[in-house]
Parts: sequence; structure tokens; C-alpha cells
Amino acid sequence: MKKRAAPRTDIQAMEAAVAARANAHYVLRLYVTGTTSRSGRAVANIRKICEDHLEGRYDLEVVDITQHPTLAEGEQIIAAPTLIKKLPLPLRRFIGDMSQTERILIGLDLRDAEANPSTTGKH
Amino acid sequence: MRKKQSESLPTLSRAPTGIDGLDEITGGGLPAGRPTLVCGSAGCGKTMLAMEFLVRGATRYGEPGVFMMFEENAAELTANVRSLGFDLDTLAGENQIVLDYVHIDRSEIEETGDYDLEGLFIRLGHAVDAIGAKRVVLDSVEALFAGIQNHAVLRAELRRLFRWLKARGLTAIITGEKGEGAAITRYGLEEYVADCVIILDQRIRDQICTRRLRVLKYRGTAHGMNEYPFLIGAHGFSVLPITSLQLDHEVSSQRVATGIPRLDTMLGGQGVFRGSSVLVSGSAGTGKSSIAAKMVETACRRGERALYFAYEESTAQIVRNMRSVDIDLDPWVKKGLLQIHSSRPTLQGLEQHLVVMHDLVRAFRPAVVAVDPISNLTMAQDDAQVKPTLMRLIDFLKKEQITAVFTSLTEGGDATTTPEESQVGVSSLMDTWLLLRNVEFTGERNRTIYVLKSRGMAHSNQVREFVLSDKGIDLVDVYLGGDRVLTGSARVSQEMQELATATLRGQDHDRKLRHLASRRRAIEAQIAALQAEVEAETEEVHFVIAQETLQVNTTHQNTDAMAQKRGGAVRPPGGSKAKR
Repeated sequence: MKKRAAPRTDIQAMEAAVAARANAHYVLRLYVTGTTSRSGRAVANIRKICEDHLEGRYDLEVVDITQHPTLAEGEQIIAAPTLIKKLPLPLRRFIGDMSQTERILIGLDLRDAEANPSTTGKH
Repeated sequence: MRKKQSESLPTLSRAPTGIDGLDEITGGGLPAGRPTLVCGSAGCGKTMLAMEFLVRGATRYGEPGVFMMFEENAAELTANVRSLGFDLDTLAGENQIVLDYVHIDRSEIEETGDYDLEGLFIRLGHAVDAIGAKRVVLDSVEALFAGIQNHAVLRAELRRLFRWLKARGLTAIITGEKGEGAAITRYGLEEYVADCVIILDQRIRDQICTRRLRVLKYRGTAHGMNEYPFLIGAHGFSVLPITSLQLDHEVSSQRVATGIPRLDTMLGGQGVFRGSSVLVSGSAGTGKSSIAAKMVETACRRGERALYFAYEESTAQIVRNMRSVDIDLDPWVKKGLLQIHSSRPTLQGLEQHLVVMHDLVRAFRPAVVAVDPISNLTMAQDDAQVKPTLMRLIDFLKKEQITAVFTSLTEGGDATTTPEESQVGVSSLMDTWLLLRNVEFTGERNRTIYVLKSRGMAHSNQVREFVLSDKGIDLVDVYLGGDRVLTGSARVSQEMQELATATLRGQDHDRKLRHLASRRRAIEAQIAALQAEVEAETEEVHFVIAQETLQVNTTHQNTDAMAQKRGGAVRPPGGSKAKR
């Protein structure tokens, strides 16, 4: 009895979590270096991803670390551009010009939420 | 103008590291304004070297520095180097040093396209600008290889980083892990840092760990190519250069007494030179420690400080034992003139012992140092290693004008062992060598001492008996008779015998003289008697002659008278013819 009951509550918990995530508010910060073409690409790419997948429930802040070098230290920035997902937890970092949309979506836990769990494996 | 140019041209400018010995090897320090690669296996002291370079730069040479660490965080590093006496918190507070911890967690990084490491450049640039840094340490940049997947990008960025450091004129140390096999570093950092490469090595031999440093490459300069032992002590990093050390220390012609008057007499009458080194060697129980202790005590009596390194006995034991030969060390310890430092020789490697010695000598600044015994220190190490290390110690003491006494236990024990064979090759470094020997004869063992060598003074070539008693140390002439040397009671009995023989001989002479005198008197008496006899005989002869002459004259007169009476042809006498 107990064994059968347990999976059911787990599934319920997971479903609840997925539901919560689907509505979670995202806090993202993109660190770029000046107005290089790579910085520009990164900003454009991430804006598009956010508009497409997180409309209305995200805060995106773009920081130029050449202007705020102390922030680079505080946030442990090494590579540029770097995107940090501050919320929801866990904290995640993305480095690059944000051109690989698929990887970002997976990293932001957006791919799972949209796709059917049974079909994600086939992607 | 021309002269100035020619002067500035030949040598590369150096950034002194402030690390003992390293500046000597490299001829002044690391190449200024260029990166230097320091590599070695884990735990061999890369971070310590880099940190000392930075701290010395900030505190001694007015060159602030940035320490960018990839493996441990600032708090950990600060705690680690506090044991070397580096207070990073204060230095950071004074804007002399910036510590920047670069944390990379592979698990939370997702690579999504094209990137560079501009973030690192900005951080470094910001830190350098914030304090006007002249020195930079990257420890260890290799951690990036684990954190960043795209090594092509990383390598390109590292190349750019080192170019950037050079362009900014920063003297940098980049540390790297030793690579497999022939590779200098695991990720081939030497490819980018081509100006100066220093290799640190840690090896264990006979369960004792020693560290070595080698300058593999130093572009555009002559540098020491050897491996040099180095140590990490309470005052930081210390490299022991051997060949680079110039034999140019000042010498003193002042003499210091050993405290044993007759030994001083043997040493040209005044004792040893100040700042010279004395080796006292001998087998077990020959009194080596007593000589060392006496010299230490004598120094204290003169009001000088003395340091006694004991590797066989504890401090209390030494104090007690030396009291038995009338050397009281206790008051001097209490007065603070004497420090006795006892430790087990097997506690640490020879180099580590030497570091301790250096530190104590530097802190205490003694006039006399005793090491008792030096032979224990060299246990479990081969001579090839020991000699240069001891040489360094002896040179160090000489440079500081410290009179040093080293005792050395001669293996083998008996007098048949050639002492020259068993001196761990240090005897040639010593200025004075006293040899103590046991002489066993007629059921007892006695100590003898002689001066095997003593540079720069006329010294005795005599063997003396070395007597330890509750009245102290004394030297006594030995009895040299026939082919042998007599000591102890044999000497005493021989001396008594000699005395007796001499007395007897004296008596004999007296007797002979008396006999002669009486003989002379007898002979003189005889001479007198004979003379009397001769005189008597002479008188007799004269008497007879006179008598006979008288008779002859009387006869002639009678004949003449007869002839006259008869008349006739009287034969004229001689006188009558003349009348005619």
C-alpha cells in the first residue's frame, strides 16, 4: 500500500513543480563587453528567446562590464558574453553569443515545460 | 649620452623577487615587464613562491601586485600564507595587493555559441588599475581548461592574455601543473610564456622530502643552470644557491678564546679567529660536546650571545651533564645570552633543519653557534647532497661573522679508523679541525686531542691529553717515550718512574764524585810521600859525592907529602912547572 501511494504523490509533486515552473518569474542578467558585434548578437538573441518563451514573466538586465568592472568580479564573470539565470534557482550560466537557442531553452528549463515528457527524448 | 646608452643596452631589466637565493641565481630577479612560468607538481610550493614575489614586491620594492587565483579563495589563501608571516588583509587594506578569486564551476556553465574571455581581462585590468599594480600572479590559469570546453578559444585567449600582460609592462608569474612525461606543463603553457621558466620539484629520498628549484630557461641572460634545494620556512621561501655564492665574505683577524687555556696555546696562543668554523671530531665519548659547550659558555662570559643546536640531548640534559665538567650553562640561559635548541635530527630533512637554523640565527644574532653534532643531521642522506647544503650553512655563518663549532661523530670508534675518511666531506670547509681520540692502554681509556689543522695561524703539532674532571677541561702533556704515547695512569706511573730513576741517578753521581775526591786525596798523599823520598835520596847522593871528593883530595895531599919526605925525584906538582 505504502509503496503504491508513494509514486503517486511523487508524480503529483512533479506535476505541481512543472506547473509552478511554467509560471515562474525569470530574472536574467546578460553581461557584455562594450558594443562589439558579438555583444549585439547576444543581446538580440536573448531578447528574442525571452519574447518567444517567457513573455510577461521575465526581467532581463544587460550590463556592460567595461563600464562596471566591479560587477564582473562580484558575479564571477570570465567569458563574455555571459548570461546568468538568477531566478528561478538553481543559478545557471550561459557563455557565448546566445546563438544556440535549443541549449539555452534546455538550460532555462523551458524545453521540458513546453514539450511532452515522452517526446523530449526524441529531440 | 653615448656612454649612457651602452650602459643600459646589455642587461635586461630585472624585477627582484626578494626571495633569498632566487635573485642570486637569476642575476637580480625575474625579467621585468614579462611573464614567468613557474611549474611543478602539486604541493611543491608554486603558490608560495608566487605569493612571496608579490608580497616582497609590495613591501620592499614599491611594486603593488594583483594575485588572481583560480583554485583556492582569498580567505583560504590568506590563512595559508599567514604561516609565512604574510598579512594579506593588511596589505589589501593598504591597497598594496588585490586578491581576486576566479571561480569556475563546470557544472553550471552552458556554452551557447561564440565567446571570448574578455571578462577575465576586464577584471584583471580593473584590479591592476585600481592599485597601480606592477606585478601580477595567475595561480593557476590551468584551472580554466577544466572550466571551459572550447580549448581553441581558451588557447587563443591565453595567448592574448600574455601579450596583454607584456604590453602593460607587468611582471607576471603564471603557475602551471607539471605535465606527464617530458611535458613541462599539462596544458603546454610554456608555449605562450617563453621568457622565463622556473621548475619546482619535490622528491622523496629515504623517506625525507627535499625540494628543488631549477631555472630551465631565462631568455637573454646568463643564469644558474643547476638544481638548487629550496625551503619554505617561517620567513618564506629560501633557495640555497651553491655555485653562485661568492667566496668574498669579510674576514676578521680578531681572535676568540676557546675557554680552554692550553687549547688556545695550541692554537697559536690566542684561540680561533672570530667568524671561523671549528670542527671537533672524534668517536663516541671523546668529549666533543664538552668542547662545544665550553666555547659557548666562554662566549657568554664575554657577554656575547650564543646559540647551541643540540641533536642528541635535550636542553635540560645538556645543562645537567655539562655541570659535571664545571660548565654551568643555566645562568646564561636565564640571562638570555644562551639559547639551546634541541630537536631530533630525523624530525625533518636536512634542508628543513637548515631553515630552522637560519631563522633562529637571524632572529637571535649570536656571536657563537654550536652544532652538536653535525653528523647526526646528515643521517640518511648521501654525501653528494649533504656537502653543498652544509657548505651553505657554513658560508652563511661566515658571512654573518659568527664563530661556529661543529662536532662530528667519527664512526668506527677506535683510533685505527682514519679520521679523514669519516667527515662527511665537510672538513675541507673548516678553518680549524680538532681531532679527539681515545687511546686504550694498560686497561684504561684516555682522551687525546690534537689540532689537525688551523688555517692562518701557527698551531701546535703536539698530541695532548684531554682531561675532563669536575674542575673542568684541561689539557696535559702526554708522555712520549720510545714509540708510544702514554696517557692517564700509565703516564702518571711513567712520570713517577722517571722521577725515581732521576733521583737514583743523582745519588749515584754524588757517590762517584765523593769516591773521586777521596781517590784524589789518596793519590795526592802518595805523591807527597814519593816526593819526600826523592828529596831524601837526592840528599844522600849529594852527601856521598861530597864524601868521596874529600877522600880523593886527602889522598893526593898525603902522596905529595910522602914524596917530599923521601926527597929525590920529586914529581913536581902541576903548579911548580908553571913557576919555572
